[in-house]
Amino acid sequence: MKDFNFAFLDEGSKRAIRRALLKAVAIPGYQVPFGSRELPIGRGWGTGGIQVTLAIIGDGDVLKVMDQGSDDSVNAISIRNFVMACTGVRTTTDSEAATLIQSRHRIPEIPMRNDQILVLQVPLPEPLRMTEELESVTKKMHAEMDYAIMWLALYENIVRVGEIELGADYPVMVEGRYIMAPSPIPRFDNPKLHMSETLCLFGAGREKKIYALPPYTDVRSLCFEDHPFRVEDMSGRVCHLCGARDVYMDEFFDSASGDRLFQCSDSGYCEKRRRAASHE
Amino acid sequence: MGYVAVKGGREAVEASIMLLEKYRTDGDCDVELEAIERRMSLLVDRVMSEAGFYAPRYAALALKQSQGAADEAVFLLRAYRSTLSRAYRSLPLDGAGMVINRRISAAFKDIPGGQFLGATYDYTHRLLNFGLAQETPLEIASIREKWKACQTQAEPGPPIFAGRVSQELKDEGLIAMEERDDEPNDITQRPITFPAPRSSRLQTLARADTGFISALAYAGIRGFGPTHPTVGELRTGALEVLIPHPLLEGETLCAGEILVTEVESIFPEETAETKRQEEDDPLLALGAGQGDKADVSGNSLGLGIGYGMVLGRNDNKAIAMSILDYFLESGEGILSNQEFVLLHGDCLEMNGFVSHLKLPHYVTFQSKLDRVRGARRDGCNEGL
Repeated sequence: MKDFNFAFLDEGSKRAIRRALLKAVAIPGYQVPFGSRELPIGRGWGTGGIQVTLAIIGDGDVLKVMDQGSDDSVNAISIRNFVMACTGVRTTTDSEAATLIQSRHRIPEIPMRNDQILVLQVPLPEPLRMTEELESVTKKMHAEMDYAIMWLALYENIVRVGEIELGADYPVMVEGRYIMAPSPIPRFDNPKLHMSETLCLFGAGREKKIYALPPYTDVRSLCFEDHPFRVEDMSGRVCHLCGARDVYMDEFFDSASGDRLFQCSDSGYCEKRRRAASHE
Repeated sequence: MGYVAVKGGREAVEASIMLLEKYRTDGDCDVELEAIERRMSLLVDRVMSEAGFYAPRYAALALKQSQGAADEAVFLLRAYRSTLSRAYRSLPLDGAGMVINRRISAAFKDIPGGQFLGATYDYTHRLLNFGLAQETPLEIASIREKWKACQTQAEPGPPIFAGRVSQELKDEGLIAMEERDDEPNDITQRPITFPAPRSSRLQTLARADTGFISALAYAGIRGFGPTHPTVGELRTGALEVLIPHPLLEGETLCAGEILVTEVESIFPEETAETKRQEEDDPLLALGAGQGDKADVSGNSLGLGIGYGMVLGRNDNKAIAMSILDYFLESGEGILSNQEFVLLHGDCLEMNGFVSHLKLPHYVTFQSKLDRVRGARRDGCNEGL
């Protein structure tokens, strides 16, 4: 990759992305449009997150890339290799050792610190899209804080099926002002965003939007007084590898025995626990 | 425990890439860039147009690397372009200043400057030519000889320039003239916003996937759009790209030439203007007699223009673009919905998002399962 600039993009592009990031940090939860660049990785495969990472990464950073919790998923490997090849930074699977974590659809189990940055890949940044298809309209709804249709959609959902159907990417209210898509993290991870010590940056490459949650931002998952927000029920699930409980689990079936098994979704966390156990 | 929850498998990925390389190099003949660039130039043109990047040799390289997959080649060019800094902004190009090598009009038999068929498959019979399977150098040489003989017989005239067909209609007042000199927005630098200015719309359409905009334009003229156009003019030729001289004020530099296809489609449309109709229409003049001409109300007919310009030789994409340009400006229904038409035709975006469905969705699916199981456990709607 020596034919290319440090962090692939030309300096002008990186600066433009950093400007969008600064604006995003200044207005938590607001989607800042930016001139999204094409990358050697597919649009829809994390190019928003990658552009954010490329724009802010420096020589001294230690990078962790995870996809659905796993460091070893095909796409996590691909993104990590790409960033490594064009920056030469060190990488890790240990969330505590990383200065910069790029993630698709998960927040690490071990709480992140103030000296770390979390970059989340976002497929669909507009939380109101499920109720309104036009961007020009949703933009106005945000500007006017006109969220009635969203509340109505959630209410109707409860009336129809007794539950809010939204699985992951469960919308949140930021600082009582903007409804924001937290990216398709499970609801289990939503509470981690509230008053987080860590700067969270969200990049949507295909949709050309960047948004952010600065540290200690008030982030509440949408709910009703008589219908509280509920995370996924992980009770009674134990990781078959490390014995962890109360973390988000992947579910699978043992092809030999046909049993239903659980395993930590955060592979770095699981690995760390197993390493610690073997040292004891 | 025999089973480990799916890991990506670095080795599997490496092997997959190796297999890809093996496929790319199958057979005994190398694909030379020269051959792709010169003998598959319509494919090269399509790739450059959808990439929004005029570089025939790089497009040929991308096609070689992508085993001829146009969308992959577009992807490669776009990604490469992201690494280049934008040094200059060209001056506006005027299609009327084109050195023409093809120019036709479906509106008039005789057009000032004349029609030139140029190179087109339109009048060939699409019979598979088995002779090409074993084309010999001798046969190729004979084609060149014929071409050369043809050239020397004809007058070696000067380069062909011609004004636009639509100019006469504009002069006649049939086409509403709208001159706008707003600074165009570059959607690759500042994302498109809605309602989108015309410059953003045209740039988006010019870079769009050929199949996508052809299909939309087809839907439009088949019945989902307001009207059926006439191709006023279709022209292909070379345009010089001029940039302001970096040192000498007022001077320009030629950065190079690009081959483009330009189309103006003409649509009949209702206009509020009535004056000209009164003057020209003897029946109306009779009926109105000496009465107050301003009272002749109601809409009249006029002509509207849709504009298309794409990189390279690509008649259909340019025509489709001109149709959608018009529908977006003045149509009704789905094809005038800017967000629908302009947000879904980018080759990279559509293919990227569709293909991302192949990525694991274990976490999000688990979250969905939790909701479904929860709803079933609690019983639908009970207690409400």
